[in-house]
Amino acid sequence: MTTKTQKVVELEDVVVRFAGDSGDGMQLTGSLFSDAAAIAGNDFATFPDYPSEIRAPQGTIAGVSGFQIHFGHKEIYTPGDTADVLFAMNPAPLKKNLMWVKPGGTIIVDTDTFTDKSLTKAEYTSNPLEDGSLKEYNVIKAPISTLTKKSVEDLGLDNKMILKSRNMFALGIMFFLFNRKFKTADEFFEQKFKSDPLLIESNKKILRAGYNFAETIEALNSITYIVEPAELKKGKYRNITGNVATAWGLLAAAERSGRQLFLGSYPITPASEILQELSKHKSLGAKVLQAEDEIAGIVSAIGASFAGSFAVTSTSGPGLSLKCEAIGLAVMTELPIVIVDVQRAGPSTGMPTKSEQSDLLQALFGRNGEAQVIVIAASSSSNCFYYAYEAAKLAMEHMTPVILLTDGCLANGSEVFRIPKVSELPSIKPPIVKANDTDYRPYKRDPEKLSRSWAIPGTLGLRHRIGGLEKENIFGNVSHDPENHQLMCEYRAEKVRRVANYIKPQDVIGPESGDLLVVSWGSTYGVMIEAVKEMQEQGKKVSLAHFHNINPLPKNTAEIFSKYKKIIVPELNLGQFVLYLRMYFQQFKFEQYNKIQGLPFMVKELVDKFNHLLDEK
Amino acid sequence: MGNEVTDVKKELPALTKEDFKSDQMVKWCPGCGDHAILSSFQKVLPELGVRKENVVVVSGIGCSSRFPYYVKTYGFHGIHGRAAALSSGVKISNPNLHVWMVTGDGDSLAIGGNHFIHVLRRNIDINILLFNNRIYGLTKGQYSPTTPTGRKTKSSPHGTIEHPFNVGELAIGAQGTFFARAVDTNPKMIIKVMHEAAKHKGTSLIEILQNCVIFYNNVHSAITSKETKGENQLHLIHGEPMIFGKNKDKGIMLKGTQLQAVHIGKYGVTEKDILVHDETTYDSGIHLMLAKMAPPTFPVALGVIRSVKNYTYEDKLESIIETEKEISSIKCVDDLLNSGKTWEI
Repeated sequence: MTTKTQKVVELEDVVVRFAGDSGDGMQLTGSLFSDAAAIAGNDFATFPDYPSEIRAPQGTIAGVSGFQIHFGHKEIYTPGDTADVLFAMNPAPLKKNLMWVKPGGTIIVDTDTFTDKSLTKAEYTSNPLEDGSLKEYNVIKAPISTLTKKSVEDLGLDNKMILKSRNMFALGIMFFLFNRKFKTADEFFEQKFKSDPLLIESNKKILRAGYNFAETIEALNSITYIVEPAELKKGKYRNITGNVATAWGLLAAAERSGRQLFLGSYPITPASEILQELSKHKSLGAKVLQAEDEIAGIVSAIGASFAGSFAVTSTSGPGLSLKCEAIGLAVMTELPIVIVDVQRAGPSTGMPTKSEQSDLLQALFGRNGEAQVIVIAASSSSNCFYYAYEAAKLAMEHMTPVILLTDGCLANGSEVFRIPKVSELPSIKPPIVKANDTDYRPYKRDPEKLSRSWAIPGTLGLRHRIGGLEKENIFGNVSHDPENHQLMCEYRAEKVRRVANYIKPQDVIGPESGDLLVVSWGSTYGVMIEAVKEMQEQGKKVSLAHFHNINPLPKNTAEIFSKYKKIIVPELNLGQFVLYLRMYFQQFKFEQYNKIQGLPFMVKELVDKFNHLLDEK
Repeated sequence: MGNEVTDVKKELPALTKEDFKSDQMVKWCPGCGDHAILSSFQKVLPELGVRKENVVVVSGIGCSSRFPYYVKTYGFHGIHGRAAALSSGVKISNPNLHVWMVTGDGDSLAIGGNHFIHVLRRNIDINILLFNNRIYGLTKGQYSPTTPTGRKTKSSPHGTIEHPFNVGELAIGAQGTFFARAVDTNPKMIIKVMHEAAKHKGTSLIEILQNCVIFYNNVHSAITSKETKGENQLHLIHGEPMIFGKNKDKGIMLKGTQLQAVHIGKYGVTEKDILVHDETTYDSGIHLMLAKMAPPTFPVALGVIRSVKNYTYEDKLESIIETEKEISSIKCVDDLLNSGKTWEI
């Protein structure tokens, strides 16, 4: 399609942000643009940024919805700090997103929407297109509303319908700019509007009108950009969000363990997609109970676990608070269960659509009594699949609750995912007791793992009673014996500690010793690795240890820490992992770097901080 | 995949009460109404035609909730108020299990009120025994959601100022498909309604009026004492007129929109005027009025008050799963991973 005499510039990576009203279809535009990047073989990561309100008042800053995509020829770890290109459908999105545009970046606007009324709504006192405030950017002014109407005037569609398709005109402009093919978008229209050929035609026409219009824009100087395919490992790929990856990892674990999946869950932002996704897959035997509250979500899952299902509950921070007592019940009854906590900004209701890493201490310690659980954290949207799988494997093989931490960034963000084969995933072998096993005792333990075994109702010869009261060692009868209580508390704690014998040792990215070790966990992985790599390229002796196993920590943790002059722990909270590390490793000095704005770290601020720390004597 | 269930078609071994007695010492107070209920339950289980390994007894917290430890089945003593959620998970996970849930007025109507109404609304096939002694026993004597207004307890030294729940009214309001009531002094009746509850497909709720000898002794004596029980108990039998009284000379009539207790033979009232009990009518009007009857104006209705048909949650879910397994192109997780938009590199 790039037949004209255009100049094509090659780029390593590009960040594009689409922004409009929450009814403008920005998420759809963004995802169609991602599909085109995928077909072109780019690596990419995306992040949707939308308000808590479903449809906040049109034209206001509160109602702005955005979608950012970072795609590249190089490996992409994050949705990107700042945008090379901002597409603003109205004044309000421009106002809200200008701070996220790179200096000198390109801004494309629909000039038709810059009326006095909408400028006022967006809290502008003067028109930014005319007052010189955008002079440092490459601003492309396009009468998109008018042109969209014009492009389909022969089809007899009503005005409202046409204006709803403005986003496809915008997509057309971006397709031109990045030399994209129409194929994936066309296929989408054909699928989506199967029953309405007119809409297929109009969307296709509008998309092409945007593309053709872009060719004529002077400001573009006939320059288009090309991002060569990334060097990804051979295989079959798809795009996946963290929540879907989590749900699919759980389904894979159910299949591999031979257990039926049961999810008990209550809707909560940003975890609801896990509930929705799993409820789709009844053909895989997954049973989903949308419970009456968070407590019933986990307690029904514990009941299902007792009855032999691979049981899961999914939630976010406030829901995890409500589940604390029940997690203790699962600790006491030593039943497998996975608790997925998609963290969001707290405390209390906090900022539901914003991401944060502030549930770590709650996950580690938020229960009455001595109640250790396994805590693991995913670090990318696509590896949510593998960590959900690992959570399931550890829960079922060690007979204990496991908390899997993800967060809003991972959950809603999407990434390229190389499709694995289920048969190639590690096996999952729960310790299920056979009928009439005369050696069975409810609290008899595996000598290595210290896990008890799983005697499932319906099995002959294994009738037994369990519950939240302290259990007598081996026999499981209720016991208030002082020494027995101490023994049982120690067994339960030691059982979780011994999980360290079954997990991968911690790895380090970069030299095995050096001046600075960056220690991080969770969704900050992408930005940490970009920052550390940038510093390594500058010749700095900086390495990254990004943790997935939080409790227990890998056995080589202290050894790693001992090899570096300085250690810094950046987190999106006020210092929770660092507090935990200080508790276990008092021999080391941990610097901390914290951000708690509901926003991810930016590479630049990390590099600045790390350099500053290196410069300190 | 799925759960182990013994083939129910195989011949059932003959079972006795002894098969369901655990080796644990029963630790309720001497004279507590719970003993009679436990004994009745152990008598009923072998008569249900259910394999012993398929029975699961689930409870919450409270005196009543120690129940599972005393019954030799699979048992789960949960946490306060959550027995309904726990039982729901067990039953949905494996619908072939025969689930009994034991709870009390504090456990299910206060801290567990939410789960209680929702299990009824979902109509999951669980049999609930709710021991109503109108007091908190295990925490030693605070008022419960069923304590009568004005009653002085440890936490209501001036008398409670709260309006009590009527269990049947709450359950029927929550779309419960089966509600029965019995008293701890009449094991025969307990056994009878337990059988009815076991037969019912859907959530069955039995309220057992139970005496707490320590914290609310004689709580139900107006209904259970030898002197008054004839006048204050109405034993409901489906298809039969609602007749009560020591001499069987009283009955319940519908006057206008209200029930009325009347003397048969007086003021021209004959047996034909007496309401005939229909536990199966879907309309809950009469059932609600029966559930709410109380002395001194009325006798207390005992037996099965409501037993109506509706599909159960787990049956519907299983049938959707079966259909989906047949029609969906996604037969395994590999199919799912490769579904939708993918590309090769």
